[in-house]
Amino acid sequence: MHIHFADPYRAGTSVLHELDARVKFVLVIAFILTTALTPVGAWPVYVLLLSLVLSATLLSDLGIGHVLKRASLALPFVLAALPLLFTVEGRPLLVIPIAAWTLTFTAEGLARFASIALKSWLSVQAAIILVESTPFTQLLIAMRAVKVPRLLVAIFSLMWRYLFVLADEVLRLLRARASRSGHSGEPGKRPGGTLVWRAQVTGGMAGNLFLRSFERGDRIYVAMLARGYDGEVRSFAVPPLTVAHWIVLGAGLAVLGLLLAFAYLIWS
Amino acid sequence: MLNSPAYMHVPDGFLSVPVSIVLWVVSIAAVGYALMRVNKDLGERQVPMMGVLAACIFAGQMLNFSVTGGTSGHLLGAALATILLGPWAGVLVLTCVVSVQALIFQDGGLLALGGNIFNMAVIGVTVSYAVYRVVQKIAAGRPWGTFVGGLAAAWFSIVIASLAAALELALSGTSPANVAVPAMGGIHMLIGIGEALITAGALAFLSATRRDLLKPGDATPAGGRLAWVIGLLIALGLAVISPIASSNPDGLEWVAEQLGFLQNAAEPTFTIIPDYVMPGVSSEALATIIAGVVGTLIVFGVALLVAYLRRSHSGAPEQQA
Repeated sequence: MHIHFADPYRAGTSVLHELDARVKFVLVIAFILTTALTPVGAWPVYVLLLSLVLSATLLSDLGIGHVLKRASLALPFVLAALPLLFTVEGRPLLVIPIAAWTLTFTAEGLARFASIALKSWLSVQAAIILVESTPFTQLLIAMRAVKVPRLLVAIFSLMWRYLFVLADEVLRLLRARASRSGHSGEPGKRPGGTLVWRAQVTGGMAGNLFLRSFERGDRIYVAMLARGYDGEVRSFAVPPLTVAHWIVLGAGLAVLGLLLAFAYLIWS
Repeated sequence: MLNSPAYMHVPDGFLSVPVSIVLWVVSIAAVGYALMRVNKDLGERQVPMMGVLAACIFAGQMLNFSVTGGTSGHLLGAALATILLGPWAGVLVLTCVVSVQALIFQDGGLLALGGNIFNMAVIGVTVSYAVYRVVQKIAAGRPWGTFVGGLAAAWFSIVIASLAAALELALSGTSPANVAVPAMGGIHMLIGIGEALITAGALAFLSATRRDLLKPGDATPAGGRLAWVIGLLIALGLAVISPIASSNPDGLEWVAEQLGFLQNAAEPTFTIIPDYVMPGVSSEALATIIAGVVGTLIVFGVALLVAYLRRSHSGAPEQQA
């Protein structure tokens, strides 16, 4: 199975696995929002936020090494913020003369860059803990609880159901192409044909995939009709949040609120 | 193929909160309208059809072809979805794709999701639609209109969406416009070529096998004119703003400052060695200290709780991944 299409959920019995998905969902969004609102250079707050996310990792039994490794996947985007090191005005730390012009590396630039990288890293960890400790069906319930439109959630749920079927379809298409178009296992050797030809073969595969999906969609609709589908999306009643859940939710939000207050009192 | 096909999925931390909120509001409005329109057109078929086609576009992004030296071109699918399904269904399908990418696979952030939906689902789709319609009008029903329209729609949708992402980064103060706009635009002008070729290939395949799906002639669904106008305005607006912003980054920063986006960055409110002197024991300083102490205590308490729960939990069976 393709790495991108493996369901990230990892079954477990940890405290976080058992916590209601609605509570987790809201807390993760609040955590990411808090991280985004934390001012540049409020280092102690970043450390406290990191300790929160590490605590959650420990509670989830997912393994710190595993979560940190997956979190590094989002890091390449940091390149986009790299020019800030030189473009933000401030106290120069290092001046690099390159030919006719000079690059000035400033303390303020470094602080802004480091803050952005930290924010991104912390947010990704929180999101990873959420999806790895929560089955997708539970996430759908959480989305309903925060008032994502019902139709959209229903589309999500159908999309999820057929994602793996269609990913397998794509793998079959790719395998068929590899076995027919002189695909070379050697890294240096490119497969035959011109670039445009190769792109158009891929285009044909995309068209083919669309056609198969379109027809599959029709069949699914007919099958749903045969089972009494009338356009109404029905789901099991979701039990209301218990007092304990509300306490966890309230405590989590209070911690994040206090961290934010702490950050703003000192750094603004 | 560990990397995402697009470098356009902005992660959390890169968009400032005001920028994120504005983009969320715009995206929610657009998706809400698209839901209503598609529901009107498809009725009860909406859920199965949109669900399967969103899965199709998502899985279709695995389709690739080798370009050179280990790099490969991918399908992103905004233009293809728009041409085959119309603008509003296109917005819905792409919204689902981008949302699941962010939520499940961490391709793009959750707070930044509003921005990513805006760039890929709203801009990507409306620009594709506008370009495709314009080319079709010029072609006046001749068959090349479909292919040239597909090529142009795919290329423009990628490039214009990337320019929007670059400008959002610049407005958030996370990447200077004079670097972000040419870099993002340049990369996506190349990525756009692959997208254009794949899209045209897909349209050629479909016109040979299922010409009825391409519906030449009646590609003006109800509300299509709105998408057409929005797409054209976005494309023209960004095409004009981007070069101005990149040659004149101070102008954009000035706008950002006026809007209050850069307040944290604009004021030198911190130094690594703080020269902040406590002005006696004012109530503010006291509040600061109390907040700090309380915050630290609470985090300490959480850590203790974790340790306690871990200990009571250590007898539990190992997780089975």
